[in-house]
Amino acid sequence: MATKKDYDDIPGTYVFDADMSRKGYHLNMFCITLRLATGREAFKADESGYLDGFPMTPAQKQAVLDRDWNEMLRLGGNIYYTSKLGACDGITFQALAAMMSGSTQEEYRAMMLAGGRPIEGNRYKSEWEGKE
Amino acid sequence: MARITAGVGVSHVPAIGVAMDTGITDQPYWKPVFDGFKKSREWIKENNPDVVFLVYNDHCTAFSAEMIPTFALGCAAEFQPADEGWGPRPVPVVKGHQKLASHIAQSVILDEFDLTIMNKMEVDHGLTVPLSVMYDQPEEWPCLVIPLCVNVVQYPAPTGNRCYNLGKAIRRAIESYDEDLNVVIFGTGGMSHQLQFERAGLINPKWDKEFLDMMTSDPVKASQIPHVEYLREAGSEGIELVMWHVMRGALDEDVVEVHRHYHVPASNTAVGHIILENRPK
Repeated sequence: MATKKDYDDIPGTYVFDADMSRKGYHLNMFCITLRLATGREAFKADESGYLDGFPMTPAQKQAVLDRDWNEMLRLGGNIYYTSKLGACDGITFQALAAMMSGSTQEEYRAMMLAGGRPIEGNRYKSEWEGKE
Repeated sequence: MARITAGVGVSHVPAIGVAMDTGITDQPYWKPVFDGFKKSREWIKENNPDVVFLVYNDHCTAFSAEMIPTFALGCAAEFQPADEGWGPRPVPVVKGHQKLASHIAQSVILDEFDLTIMNKMEVDHGLTVPLSVMYDQPEEWPCLVIPLCVNVVQYPAPTGNRCYNLGKAIRRAIESYDEDLNVVIFGTGGMSHQLQFERAGLINPKWDKEFLDMMTSDPVKASQIPHVEYLREAGSEGIELVMWHVMRGALDEDVVEVHRHYHVPASNTAVGHIILENRPK
């Protein structure tokens, strides 16, 4: 029997559960090596060579090379790991959040200053159907 | 005997630490955040705890995906601030109270809470930002710190109920320790925020304020909030708030709210803060 997931109907959200963690394990283990300066330097010197040191899927490696932040999440990455790659590139959490939610930095910052993304209309996937 | 006199709930937004470390707390963006901490800093000076029992989560810093303990108690003599990718924060080394920490470990494990014991652990912004919020920028932290690291990154986090009851066990442990110590417990993280994917930036002030109200007046009800409600209403990272129940469980059911602060935004997050005191016996 599959694990019942009562959070599957939340829109625009990946819940990093055991299934995602299993899927993203090597991607996340790669990301955490960028926490320390030695890892960041080695990665910057030869990105794809560095990635070949990890048994990640080709799609995961490509998502890293492309800095496709949402694709990394889809492939089991967790934001606290992928943000280490962000930090390696000098990208803050807020800048990542803007990119992942499809806003410009200015739009996102303005949205947060105006009180953030509202909960109304953002609770259920059904509320997003037909939305651009 | 050691005693828990008060609890502090506080967000641990990394950008709050960065704002302090780079000296920009007077800027219009940050001023309202830090204005709300003025009273907290006076309060902690006045209250002057010997030990802070600090409940926080690691953000894939000390713990990689290799090992994910649900509850990990810091029993080391000291804890180094970690490099999270931007270099370590320029804050003092965190000193532990080893004898009390090992007493707590022994007591709560026999009380059927199976903690992981950490004799070496770096600490990230989850632990250092709350200390900065409360103590500003001292040369040395004025208190000893016992860290309790809770997994809230890989779903499921422990339930609110479990956290609340662990708080009670921690209180029993502290109050059976034979040294005259004033202990304040911090529950950190939250409030509403989502850092990832298309719903990033979610903030729910109505829900947050109800949560703060319940912290003061109905902690048992708060401890029963199901995980899906945090995820849906407070955002995927809002589930950090389960850690506040450990703090709340360690206090009397009837407490005095001495301070509250709520502000949106700090980076991606709603900042929530509350100070609760046990009534004098």
